[in-house]
Amino acid sequence: MIELPGDDAVSAAYDLLTDLRDRGELTAAEIVPAARTVLLDGVPDPDRVFRLLPQDLSAGATTPAKPRQITIGTRYDGEDLDDVARLWGTDRAGVIAIHTGTEFRVAFCGFAPGFAYLTGLGPRHHVPRRASPRTRVPAGTVALAGPYSGVYPTASPGGWQLIGRTRETLFDLENDPPALLTPGTIVRFAEET
Amino acid sequence: MSLEIIKAGVRTTVQDLGRPGLAHLGVPRSGALDAGALRLANRLAGNPPDAAGLEITLGGLRARANRAMTLAVTGAPGPVTIGRRPADPELPLAVPAGAVIDIGRPTAGLRVYLAVGGGIAVPPVLGSRSTDTLSGLGPGPVRDGDVLPVGPPTALPPGVDVALRRQPPAALRLRVWPGPRDDWFTADAWRTLLGADYRVSPQTDRIGARLTGPALTRAIDGELPSEGVVLGAIQVPADGQPLIFLADHPTTGGYPVIGVVDPSDVDRLAQARPGTAIRFTRAPATRDRRTATRDQSTAP
Repeated sequence: MIELPGDDAVSAAYDLLTDLRDRGELTAAEIVPAARTVLLDGVPDPDRVFRLLPQDLSAGATTPAKPRQITIGTRYDGEDLDDVARLWGTDRAGVIAIHTGTEFRVAFCGFAPGFAYLTGLGPRHHVPRRASPRTRVPAGTVALAGPYSGVYPTASPGGWQLIGRTRETLFDLENDPPALLTPGTIVRFAEET
Repeated sequence: MSLEIIKAGVRTTVQDLGRPGLAHLGVPRSGALDAGALRLANRLAGNPPDAAGLEITLGGLRARANRAMTLAVTGAPGPVTIGRRPADPELPLAVPAGAVIDIGRPTAGLRVYLAVGGGIAVPPVLGSRSTDTLSGLGPGPVRDGDVLPVGPPTALPPGVDVALRRQPPAALRLRVWPGPRDDWFTADAWRTLLGADYRVSPQTDRIGARLTGPALTRAIDGELPSEGVVLGAIQVPADGQPLIFLADHPTTGGYPVIGVVDPSDVDRLAQARPGTAIRFTRAPATRDRRTATRDQSTAP
C-alpha cells in the first residue's frame, strides 16, 4: 500500500501505475486507489514499485491523455436537500447551483460495484453523514458525505445526505467496463426538471 | 447435461475462482472460500482449475445427475453417497444417469466442494460464475428444485489412487504479517494478537471470519479515510474484536488493518467452524511473503 499526501497525488500515482501495467512494465493483480492510498495486490516484486514511482508525484504526474467526461442528468428533489442547504447557508437553488457548478473527479470506487467517490467540492461544502443511516436508498440517488459526492448504483442501506436522483445506469454488466464512473473520470451534474 | 438439486442444504452457492482484477471498480473478488479444495475437486473431475463447482456449507445437499457424469467431492470431510452407496471423497467418481448424490453433514470443517465434469455452466457475470453475497453479483444461492446446467467435459478425469486429505484441525495457527495500519495500535495490541487465544465467532460468513478474544487497543483514535483491503486483512472495528476478510470482502474499508493473514493460510481459516481456537504467529521472512503473493496472483 502506498500512502500519499492527497487526492491529486493518489490520482497521479494511480494513472502512472495503471499505465505501467498496461505497457507490461509492472505486474499487479489489483491497483486500487482510495482516499489517501493506492493499494497494489499480487505484485511479484514490491521493491520495484517504489523504484518506478517518481519522488514527487505531483510534479512528475503524467497528464493522462484525455480523461473520460460524463454528465449526469439529475432531478434535485432529495429528502435531505433542505438540510444540506442549511449546512451550506443557502437555499435549494443555491445547493443546485453549487452542485451543478462543480467539476467532480472520480477519486476511487468502493462500498458497492460502481459506487464512485467524487471529489471537487470545496471544504466549506463538506457535510457530515446522517446520524442514523437509512435502511434503503434507491438506485440512482445522488448524495453527499464528507468531502464526497456519489450516486448509489443499486438500492442499498446508506447514511449519506440525499439531494437528488438520476436515471443513468451506474453499473451495467453489458458495458466494458461495467462501471459508468471509473477512477479518473471527470463528472458534471446537470439539472433535469 | 444438468444437475437437479433436490435439496440445497443450509447454504449452497456456485463458486469458481472469482472476479479478481476489478477491485478499482468496487467489485469484490469473491470465489471459493477454500480455493485449494475447489481446485482439487476440478482436477479430479477433469476440469480446468477455474471451472465452477458447488460450495456446500455444512452439507445437506441432495442432487440427481440427469446424465452419466464424473464428479469429485473435496473440502470438509463427511459422508458421501451415490445411489445410496458410500462413495469416496477426493477421488474421481463415475455417476450413472439418474443416480442421486447425497452429501451429508461434515464431521469437521465447514465447506464441502462438489465439482462435476464439464463444470456448472450458469452464465458468467464479469468473467466469473461465483455468487457474491456482498454485492449480489453472479447467480443467487442454490435452492431446492434448481436445475443447474453442466458444460461438456473437456478432459478425462485423471487416474488417482489417493489424494492427500487435509483434515480441518481443531485449533488453527495462522501466520500473520504486520498490516498497513499496525502503527494505529498500541504495542500491546500486537503482543496480544500474537499471544492470546481467539475463537471463531458464530457471526462468520463469506465476507469475513469474526473472532472473539481480548480486544485490540488503538493508539490513534479517529477515522481512517477509506482504503483498499486485501484477502486475509485483519480489520479491527471500534470494539477491538478482529475480523479477517474472506473472499466476498468489500474492496475498500475504513477500519485500520493491524495485520494480514498469509494468503496460503486463508483456505484453512475458511474451514474453521465457530468455536475453533485461533492463534497467530508472526510470518517468518520477507522472501516467503513474496512467494506467497506470487502464488496468489498467477494462480489461474
